[in-house]
Amino acid sequence: MTTKVQHHTTSTDEFLKGVWKQNPVFVQVLGMCPVLAVTNTAVNALAMGLATAFVLVMSNLVVSSARHVIPKQVRIVSYIMIIATFVTVVDYLIQAISLDLHKALGAFISLIVVNCLILGRAEAFASKNGLGRSLLDGLGMGVGFTLALLCLGGVREILGSGSLFGVSLFGSSFQAWVVMVLPPGGFFTLAGWLLFFNWRAQVKARRESSNAKEAQA
Amino acid sequence: MNEDPLWQIFLNSCLVNNFVLAYFLGVCPFLGVSAKLGTASRMGAAVTFVMVVSSMCAFGINALLTAMDAPYLRLISFIAVIASTVQLVEMFIKKMSPALFRALGIFLPLITTNCAILGVALFQTNKGYGFLQSIVYALGAGMGFTLALILMAGLRE
Repeated sequence: MTTKVQHHTTSTDEFLKGVWKQNPVFVQVLGMCPVLAVTNTAVNALAMGLATAFVLVMSNLVVSSARHVIPKQVRIVSYIMIIATFVTVVDYLIQAISLDLHKALGAFISLIVVNCLILGRAEAFASKNGLGRSLLDGLGMGVGFTLALLCLGGVREILGSGSLFGVSLFGSSFQAWVVMVLPPGGFFTLAGWLLFFNWRAQVKARRESSNAKEAQA
Repeated sequence: MNEDPLWQIFLNSCLVNNFVLAYFLGVCPFLGVSAKLGTASRMGAAVTFVMVVSSMCAFGINALLTAMDAPYLRLISFIAVIASTVQLVEMFIKKMSPALFRALGIFLPLITTNCAILGVALFQTNKGYGFLQSIVYALGAGMGFTLALILMAGLRE
C-alpha cells in the first residue's frame, strides 16, 4: 500500500518538475530560438507552445518504447528521425487548421526539429525511463514550455500593441511600445523574466537558511 | 523561380536579415563559444562550411523530392544530410587540429542542432532560389553568423 502511494507522489512530481521546478525556459534555458522569435503575440506563442508540447510527448513515447531496440552508436540520429517525423505531422496539421497561423509561424514550425529541449529530453530522460514516466515528463515539460512562451508573448503583446489575444485592452489613447514586438523586445522581456525567477530562487534560499538557523537555535 | 541578383541575396542574408540578430537562429552556439576570438572565428568557419555543403545537397534533394511528388519527406532528408555533413567536418577537424577539436568540444556535434543551418535549407526552398543563388545565400548566412560571433567574442574578450 505504501509503495503505491509513494509511486503516486513521484509521478506527480515527474509532471510538476517540468512545469515549475525545472522549467525548460526559465530554469534550464533550453530551446531559446523559438522563445525569442515567435513570441511577439500571445496567439503565436500559444500555438508554438502546443505544437512543441505535442512533438515532445510523442517523441518521448516512441523513444521510450524503442529504447531497447536502438543501438547506442546511432541513437542521436534515430532520435532526430523520430522527432522530424512528428514535426512533419504537426506542420501539415497546422496548415490544415489555419493557414494564417502557418504563415505567421513560418519556418519556425519545421525548426522544432532542432529545438534542443526535445532532443535533450529524449537523450536525458526518455531513453532511460519507462513509457508512463516518459509520458508524464513530456507532458510536464511541454506544459512548462507553453507557459513560458505565454508569459513572454503576453507581456510583449500587452506592451507592444496594447492588446491580449487580439482584444484591445487600453483603448485608442494607448501609446504602443513598438520596440517590444520587434526582435530587441524579445531579449528585454526574457531578461525581465529571468531576473524575476532568479530573484525568487534567491529569496527562497535565504528564507530556508534563516529557518534552519532558527531551528538550530 | 526567384530572380533576385546575387549580390542582393548575399547582403540580405549576411547583414540585413542576419540569422543570429534578426531571426534568432543559432543562439545556443552563439552564446556558448563566443568567449574567445580564435575559437569563435574557427567555429564560424566550420558552420559556414556545413551551411554551404548542406545547402547544395538540400537543393538537389528538393529537386528530387519535387520530381517524386513527396514534399513531406523534405524535413527528414534535410536533417539527415546536415547530420552527415557535420560528422564529416568533425572527423576532418579531429584529424587536422586536435587542439581546435578540444576547444570546440561539445559544440561541434551540436552544429547538427544549430537551427541556422536547417533554417538556411528551409528558407532557400521557400524562396525558390536556384542553385547558384542557394550557394550565395548560404555563404552570406554563414558570413553573417561568423560576423555576429566575432563581434560578440570581441566584446566579451
